Amino acid sequence: MSQVSQSDQTRQHLVVMPSPHIKDRATTSSVMLDVLIALAPTIIASAFLFGPRTLLLTAVCVACCAGFEYLFCMVTKRENTIRDLSACVTGVILAMNLPVSFPIWMAVIGCFAAIVITKELFGGIGQNFANPALVGRIVLFVSFAKYMTDWNTSGGLVVASATPLGMLASGSTELPSYLQLFLGLKGGVLGETCILTLLIGGIYLVWRKVITPTIPLVYIGTVFVLCFLLGADPLYHILSGGLFLGAIFMATDYTTSPVTEKGKAIFAVGCGLITVIIRLYGSYAEGVSFAILLMNIITPHIDNLTRQVPFGGVQKK
Amino acid sequence: MSKDVIRSLKGVAVRHYKNTEDYVTETMPEPDRVYLPCVQHMGAPCTPVVKVGDLVKVGQLVADCEKPFSSPIYSSVSGKVAAIEDFINPQGIRTQSVVIEADHQQELSETIAPPEVTDTASFLKAVRSSGLVGLGGAGFPTHIKLSLRDPAKVDTLVINIAECEPYITSDYRNVMEDGPDIIEGIDLVRKYVGKIENVYIGVEDNKPKAIQRLQVLTQGKPYIKVFPMRSQYPKGAEKVLIYETTGRVVGDGMIPADVGVIVMNGTSIAFLAQYIRTGIPLISKRITVDGSAVTTPKNIQVPLGTRFVDIIQFCGGYKQEPKKMLMGGPMMGITIFNDNYPLIKNNNALLCFGEAETKAIPESACIRCGRCVRACPFQLMPAAIDKAYRARDAEKLKALYVGRCMECGCCSYVCPAKRNLVLTNRLAKGFLREISSK
Repeated sequence: MSQVSQSDQTRQHLVVMPSPHIKDRATTSSVMLDVLIALAPTIIASAFLFGPRTLLLTAVCVACCAGFEYLFCMVTKRENTIRDLSACVTGVILAMNLPVSFPIWMAVIGCFAAIVITKELFGGIGQNFANPALVGRIVLFVSFAKYMTDWNTSGGLVVASATPLGMLASGSTELPSYLQLFLGLKGGVLGETCILTLLIGGIYLVWRKVITPTIPLVYIGTVFVLCFLLGADPLYHILSGGLFLGAIFMATDYTTSPVTEKGKAIFAVGCGLITVIIRLYGSYAEGVSFAILLMNIITPHIDNLTRQVPFGGVQKK
Repeated sequence: MSKDVIRSLKGVAVRHYKNTEDYVTETMPEPDRVYLPCVQHMGAPCTPVVKVGDLVKVGQLVADCEKPFSSPIYSSVSGKVAAIEDFINPQGIRTQSVVIEADHQQELSETIAPPEVTDTASFLKAVRSSGLVGLGGAGFPTHIKLSLRDPAKVDTLVINIAECEPYITSDYRNVMEDGPDIIEGIDLVRKYVGKIENVYIGVEDNKPKAIQRLQVLTQGKPYIKVFPMRSQYPKGAEKVLIYETTGRVVGDGMIPADVGVIVMNGTSIAFLAQYIRTGIPLISKRITVDGSAVTTPKNIQVPLGTRFVDIIQFCGGYKQEPKKMLMGGPMMGITIFNDNYPLIKNNNALLCFGEAETKAIPESACIRCGRCVRACPFQLMPAAIDKAYRARDAEKLKALYVGRCMECGCCSYVCPAKRNLVLTNRLAKGFLREISSK
């Protein structure tokens, strides 16, 4: 037959693939981009509060974190993952944990500790045992304590030589007002002072469903309640130090916090408890980083103990 | 029991693309040849009861099986049996297919007559003879579903018109065009099956016209409640629908009748009424044809056994080169590897897509965001299952209840790392079966 009717021209070799055949628009990089957007108000506020050196430190940390990840992937012949933007998030958060006068070369070491040691050597995104930016901060804190606690400022709106918690610990009588604390007119690392912009970022993340509000609310709530019970000024404590930065942007890190809401609540209570104990009874004025780090480490155990009960219940043996 | 309690299982808000909802069903003329596979239901394959060369008429029995879990197959055309050939269905089951060359006379078989229904036994016999299987997609033989072990226990009938899959509008068209048949079918089932006191018609609230029409149709029938549900995939999944409408939980290894519920698809129940009235068995099916590769998306009534290539031709042919074809919706539909497949009873949509929708997005590492855990209607933990399967940890897979996964696809849908979590769940279930059979 020379002529074949059209309906006999069948299409062969169509693509076979597993369902579902449509996917949500969100990708890992869009999630990370949302975190960067949420951090933007804080970066801007910080630039006003502490001066333009904020932007230099932030740029250096982002460039170094992305650069270290790129180099690590190249050296180990892994697929390059910097496009997922998670290294940029680490860079910004690490920068937000540095005082404005912090030396650049030391910041580079912090980035190395965060990206290469904490993240990539443990298997890259999703595999790190602790929040990379947090470990970077702690490495810098124990290595260069003098520079990490140099609160002298110049070039911005803030004129300070100590943090509110430091002033509290040293028995200073001229403490900043609640409004000053809320707006960030106080000494501290770049990203921790302006509670207003941190709150805006947190609300954005919850609205975009990047995070659930459980960890920030329970963490801050626990600190408030414990401080109240132990006779400290609860409002002063939650508005001071790195609590908002830590609770909204660091304790909520996907990889190092529990998956279920119940697990998140347990995690956040633990963070709050350790923070308050360090702040009120420890030798450091601030306890947020150590609290989150310790809770990061026990996250796998919390995860194992807080599995969701499936629909239909669990079978009794 | 209060019915006003707000209860809801989780799921995902999918984009719906219900492009064809206002397209009135067109009847597709019979093609030159139909291909009737002997497995069009969940259960034992049928054996052909006709020989090559036999003349058959519309509605004549061509294949049947004595086993309880099967459903007879009738000719959708009048003509001559041209061949009985081997056939492999998209799930890989090898069976036979009866090929009938149409004479385009469409002469009705003289065996067609409205069945005599006087009691439960004769009703169930009629249901079996109708060839009806679950038309929503599962293909479960309806006469088995309606044969109750403990009829006194079954007090609720749930009609599934959720139509939660994107693109598909055939059940919606069924309400708009054959609405009274749904109510008639409900009354038939109520009369002959169980002790049904309550009937719920579950409809997603993205179909307000259907809800309104059903409310009008059910006036004066207080036992029927039209039950609008928030439009959230997968409200039409059986266990989800039962929970939403009645609050009852169908547990592991249970069937809906164990909790006193029968669920029937809206199109199935309407067909049942039509069959009891006319005696014409299941020989055609309303389907939605849509997708970026189809020139004219339509809702059409198609004779069973019509090849997809003929259906597409009736819809104006391909608009662009097809790369992916789906039987069913995009969330749970099955891809087929060529368009030579015939339409079978439980198809409700044929979707064709071009290059753009076919590209597989590469998987990246799990970032533990927990979206899959928050999306799973059955509160499973897909990311943890994924990890346990990769480690081939059978104990952990059992502890994570992977066996309860209904493969609805919510986890894969929401995953920002684009991981094929449903696929892993399927593989994990297969892995557990393999282990336990050793």
